[in-house]
Amino acid sequence: MSETFDLAILGSGPGGYVAAIRASQLGMKVAIVEREKLGGICLNWGCIPTKALLRTSEIYHYLQHADAYGLSVTGVSFDLAKVVDRSRKVAAQLNAGVKGLMKKNKITVVEGVGRLTGVTQLTVKTGDSERVVDAANVIIATGARARDLPGTPADGDRVWTYRHAMVPPAMPTKLLVIGSGAIGIEFASFYHDMGSAVTVVEMLDRVLPVEDADISVHMAKTLTKQGMTLVTGAKVSDVRPGPDGVAATITTADGAAATDTYSHVIVAIGIVSNLEDIGLEALGVVVERGRLLVDAWGATNVPGVWAIGDVTGAPWLAHKASHEGIVAVEKIAGLNPHPFATWNIPGCTYSRPQVASVGWTEAMARDNGHEVRVGKFPFIGNGKAIALGEADGFVKTVFDAATGELLGAHMIGAEVTELIQGYVIARQLETTEAELTDTVFPHPTLSEMMHESVLDAYGRAIHY
Amino acid sequence: MPIDITMPALSPTMETGTLAKWLIKVGDAVKSGDILCEIETDKATMEVESIDEGTVTELLVAEGADAIPVGQVIARLSGEGEAAGPAKTAAAPASPPISEPAPPPPAVIAPGQPAADGPIFAPSKKAANTPVSATAPQSDARVNASPLARRLASAQGIDLASLTGSGPNGRIVKADLGTAKPAAAASASVVAPAPAPSSPATAAPSYPPPAGVPVESIKLSNMRKVIARRLTESKATVPHFYLTVDVRLDALLKLRGDLNKSLEATGIKLSVNDMLIKALGLALTAVPDSNVQFAGDVLHKFGRADISVAVAIPGGLITPVITDAANKRLSVIAAEMKDLAARAKDGKLKPEEYSGGTASISNLGMFGIKQFDAVINPPQGLILAVGAGEKRPYVVDDALAIATVMSATGSFDHRAIDGAVGAQFMSAFKALVEAPLGMLA
Repeated sequence: MSETFDLAILGSGPGGYVAAIRASQLGMKVAIVEREKLGGICLNWGCIPTKALLRTSEIYHYLQHADAYGLSVTGVSFDLAKVVDRSRKVAAQLNAGVKGLMKKNKITVVEGVGRLTGVTQLTVKTGDSERVVDAANVIIATGARARDLPGTPADGDRVWTYRHAMVPPAMPTKLLVIGSGAIGIEFASFYHDMGSAVTVVEMLDRVLPVEDADISVHMAKTLTKQGMTLVTGAKVSDVRPGPDGVAATITTADGAAATDTYSHVIVAIGIVSNLEDIGLEALGVVVERGRLLVDAWGATNVPGVWAIGDVTGAPWLAHKASHEGIVAVEKIAGLNPHPFATWNIPGCTYSRPQVASVGWTEAMARDNGHEVRVGKFPFIGNGKAIALGEADGFVKTVFDAATGELLGAHMIGAEVTELIQGYVIARQLETTEAELTDTVFPHPTLSEMMHESVLDAYGRAIHY
Repeated sequence: MPIDITMPALSPTMETGTLAKWLIKVGDAVKSGDILCEIETDKATMEVESIDEGTVTELLVAEGADAIPVGQVIARLSGEGEAAGPAKTAAAPASPPISEPAPPPPAVIAPGQPAADGPIFAPSKKAANTPVSATAPQSDARVNASPLARRLASAQGIDLASLTGSGPNGRIVKADLGTAKPAAAASASVVAPAPAPSSPATAAPSYPPPAGVPVESIKLSNMRKVIARRLTESKATVPHFYLTVDVRLDALLKLRGDLNKSLEATGIKLSVNDMLIKALGLALTAVPDSNVQFAGDVLHKFGRADISVAVAIPGGLITPVITDAANKRLSVIAAEMKDLAARAKDGKLKPEEYSGGTASISNLGMFGIKQFDAVINPPQGLILAVGAGEKRPYVVDDALAIATVMSATGSFDHRAIDGAVGAQFMSAFKALVEAPLGMLA
């Protein structure tokens, strides 16, 4: 059986399904191929269910500190099965939502494992049957998966990836998190707040190494104060699962090695693009260092074959995939979309405290030859933050000294993930410090700190 | 409302300029496109055009005044139709008012809506890319541009109306301003307080001349200051090492003779230097690790060889650039060099013609210099110093013979280029010159 479409998309994550909807809006006949669940990792096994878990640990934390707000709460406990169940229900609700969107936009959903069998052809295998989908253009949106520890693949029993960590059968008593990127820190924060003893090991010299150095320093200080153990500049080796736990050796930069046993290990050392067995080699699609090479609109070297999302490389973020999907589809439709601007993609980490950033770190700006003006404003100087009982954190802004261009913004503290979009819009519109200075921010809100940070860069912060 | 004419930034490195000559005087009517003055910058003397119309009311700096910071007001025009105000500066010759007292200006100035009577301000005419920024804001009022693009355009003296926007609905964004390099953007500052006038040419203390010796102290030209500053910076911060090879020129001289015979009709005459420029370009391409530039935490590795050619000019030297020398025909290089050298001597090079370059060549052979070590032209990674081609006793096929030989010495930035790579580069250069047909392939 063969059907012909204008566009076929391999993978229905936040890149693929958004691309499908945009293509449908533009009048294309679209097929989308998914081997698991519509919505991909993001809303089934990633962004969304972890936010549900982190909401639980946040409320749990507040309940334990209710006294600080004048409330008497006793007997606080939790039922892990219910916590996980809520997270799964949230994921299921969104999965159903994507199904509805596909139907509404008249997108043909093909369930099964697809591979390119020609430049404009996907063959989809479901069980024993095969279905051939012909399309004028094909978008590869197969995403990525967790990178395994060399020699010790995650078994789901005691050695976990994010996917296992999201549906724990029991609480880890003593947890080792390997890797301190966003995923590692979010799980470390969740399990720590839920009562596990948590150790985080990072190979580089600071946690959240892609963030601005000031953010890393503040995060390390805060997590350590919370009671977490952080080991940076260190390697983990000899990870050996046994019946009573997982033995692992941590070697620090000075060569000192210590072996300990943990109840569970979460491996969060990065991700690997899903590029295997989808027929790329036969077509000669260029893959370089584990990612598909694309131009600013997502075109690969093979005309008609496009790629978006994690398969095209960093940053590995859902909103990057969605935006790339829209750009690629509009290009295919002959519109004139904006080429993709990597530096305007915000990144968020939903730990306690939260981290959010966009653009260049101070160090990157300096390394690229900018003379910078840096502004910094602490939560302790903000009325709303104090009223919330969230007086820890800061907002940092980096401007080009010569032009006033907002090069980057870096925030740590309560709710900053909801605030960062203000700076993202500022960067997208190419505002300078002048427009930000002249903008009126509502009082009392946390967003006032965004204003003050800008003012501080020019030596005129009011409240600090 | 008077229109301020400011010292324009005529090149990315320009911080101050010297007002070489006024071509207008108080009372002159100035139209858009008229030449106002000549400004001497680091490297060249340039004419500044007006983008505004009006009558000159004041000249605020005297001819010959130097170290005028970029952005300083140097003259004022009255708006078109407005009476010229009285000149009140001592620097300019005083001039009486040239018309009756002006009627009061209209309260609201609405460009594009001429009032029935009374003087109005015509919106300034947009001059294409004139490197002068006098009253940018009012001419840009209705241009769709991002705030950053506006500020960059104003700093670089670019008229937004001359650009095509690539943003939503044709909005002019930063990228449309030619992706100014961060360093260049930094020096064309408008936000930051104007940079302090550039530090004395060198950090060296200034010593009084020996007593009793007849002396004439000549004020440094801007060019001499830049040469002093940049080469001091080079010798003080760039770890130089030097590699010398002797290169037989007989084959190249013969090829040059043959080529020039065949080019006679065209009037183009190849010089040895033209051929060495090409050989340098090809050698850089053959050894790409030598076509590099050290930049702090990164190494820039270039995909094209642009050659800065040192040209002696009155009062100093300048390095016009032959872009993509490896892929240009010799006749093209010869023609470009002739034009660039002639205009360099007249001080008429445009900034983009002498900035950039991925490596330099300096040839003192015509003065009979046998061999010398040149100072690297920062931020480049190497410079080739070429001596005279001369007949020398030379071992050819194990027998002593006479050959035309020149010595060439590369100076390398050791932070970017190691000895072995430098040696490969010198050897590639030598091979190309000694078997020059490779340059025609």
